[in-house]
Amino acid sequence: MPLLDVQHLRVEYATENRPAIAVDDVSFTVGEGEFVAVVGESGCGKSTLLFALARLLSPPAEITHGSVDFRGKNLVTMTERRLNVLRWREFSVVMQSAMNALNPVTSVGAQLADAMAAHGRYTSAEVTQRSVEVLKLVGIDPIHLASYPHQLSGGMRQRAMIAMALLFTPDLVIMDEPTSALDVVAQRALMVQIRELQAQLGFAVIFVTHDMSLVSHFSDQLLVMYAGQVVEAGPTRTVFDHPAHPYSRGLLDAFPSIHGPRVPLTGIPGSPPDLSRLPAGCTFQPRCPVSIDECVTTRPPLYPVGPALSRCLLNAPAPVSAPEASK
Amino acid sequence: MTELLRTHGLTRHFRVGGTFSGKRLHAVDDVDLTIDEREIIALVGESGSGKSTIARLLARVYAPTAGEIIYRGRSLAKLRRRKELLSYRGDVPMVFQDPFSSLNPAYRVNHGIMRGLLLHRPDLDAAGRRAEAVRVVEAVGLHPAAEILDRYPYQLSGGQRQRIGFAQALAYRPKLIIADEPVSMLDVSIRIGLLNLMAALREDEGVSILYITHDIASARYLSDRIAVMYGGHIVETGPTEAVLAEPKHPYTQLLLSAVPDPRAPLDEAAVVDRGEPPRVVDPAPGCRFRGRCPLAIERCEVETPLLRELAPQHRAACHVAT
Repeated sequence: MPLLDVQHLRVEYATENRPAIAVDDVSFTVGEGEFVAVVGESGCGKSTLLFALARLLSPPAEITHGSVDFRGKNLVTMTERRLNVLRWREFSVVMQSAMNALNPVTSVGAQLADAMAAHGRYTSAEVTQRSVEVLKLVGIDPIHLASYPHQLSGGMRQRAMIAMALLFTPDLVIMDEPTSALDVVAQRALMVQIRELQAQLGFAVIFVTHDMSLVSHFSDQLLVMYAGQVVEAGPTRTVFDHPAHPYSRGLLDAFPSIHGPRVPLTGIPGSPPDLSRLPAGCTFQPRCPVSIDECVTTRPPLYPVGPALSRCLLNAPAPVSAPEASK
Repeated sequence: MTELLRTHGLTRHFRVGGTFSGKRLHAVDDVDLTIDEREIIALVGESGSGKSTIARLLARVYAPTAGEIIYRGRSLAKLRRRKELLSYRGDVPMVFQDPFSSLNPAYRVNHGIMRGLLLHRPDLDAAGRRAEAVRVVEAVGLHPAAEILDRYPYQLSGGQRQRIGFAQALAYRPKLIIADEPVSMLDVSIRIGLLNLMAALREDEGVSILYITHDIASARYLSDRIAVMYGGHIVETGPTEAVLAEPKHPYTQLLLSAVPDPRAPLDEAAVVDRGEPPRVVDPAPGCRFRGRCPLAIERCEVETPLLRELAPQHRAACHVAT
């Protein structure tokens, strides 16, 4: 049994007119100790997906369909009281902006103690001992227990957030762009550290980012999202070496390299579609460099391409009249 | 090539701590930088290295603590009359990092462009200003320009807003655009469009660009010359390809090794630096990188390295580098 099994998850934002479908029929699994990366542009639904997994959505967003089984227990239908037993202890979330996620008026130590007090009964000696342990784990000098967030650098704040998420050594850590506010050196150091901690403690990671190159060497599985749907999913190396979906290819060609000849790049023209007014056919068709006539009318299912899945009519096994791919 | 702007010993310190603490943070120390006409220079460094302070010094948001900025042969310190200052500000506009907070949400897009035109282009009448606004919006690749000008910022995407930032700068007929991390808040997929835009502005409008970034790969894509900053100093400078092909300073080498490159195999043995950027409050002499440097020798503790020419036009501030 996988650690996390997401099936046909759908999240809608209620709007005045028709609902905006931010996450549409997303299915994937996360094994024990696995690193799964979710990539896509702003507004593709990746953060909404992550919030849905952790049951952190608030109105007008709502899970309208599907299940999220964590060790066989469906989180979608779970009561808040039962969720609170799992949160932090079994799975935890590292938020995007450490500057906003940490409380600016209390010390780092007080915030770690707070999290521990909310999820168990501990003596202050136990709290201090554990806090020192987790800070050491992420490479922060325990002297900073007394520091306030503004006294730490961006990288240290982000590591303090990760330390907090590891207080109870959970089995799953969900991370929402933890590196986006950092510069490349700090980014790289944090990624290597996450990988080392994972090897040491054995937790699984779901890592959301818009920067595909960042996870290329760190994730096991890769999900590429576009307009609320998974458009390509597969082993990270496969997707990088042989991207099947034109959107994945576009993302890969969007950043310059520091090696090889300097070549002009084009990126992906246009911008993502309005989620409440999606085109009838393939959602990527208006921006797609290789679209064919059928793309305007036919919404493609996920087709298997080697070990990966791709939501593109050009990947259909037989010419276009292919049957719905089996899930 | 003709020199457009030069800084000489540019220095900016900030008072930190309480009013009477007397401590000074050395944000920028003794920076010599030249920018030629029609040149794109990348200023690269991590957060806190002083690159944004240089941008603000050049834009005259801050006055230098010491040193001078020489624009077209004249020191900025000698610009006294309002007209001269205004003309400099029109020649050297700035594009900001965050397109979500740099446009006033209460006004339509044309507001900022029109105000700039009114201030910096007194030669134009109302119709001329409108035509110029349309021209600059088209020049940054937004169509239909007339319609875009009447939109509010919330109706534009991040990439479109940042293009408006460039359109505003362009309206002044600038000589040098200071672009402070113009793409770091944008999605990876649309960054390249902005980089291409900057390259096109140099080609079509003949402006120079100071491109400030922590992303050395985009610096390579865009720039002719690169200057790497660390702890308030320029530690390495030279033609972009030369610096990237053969980085001399250990910090530049570190920066390059940290760039994620999916096309390269992961070098597990790569040195992983956990060091923190220096807090340059009342720094003692010595190399500011020495605490993180794998090559540090005794001399680095006592003597601040100066930029030395190690290859044609390629200079690094390191006692050890050859």
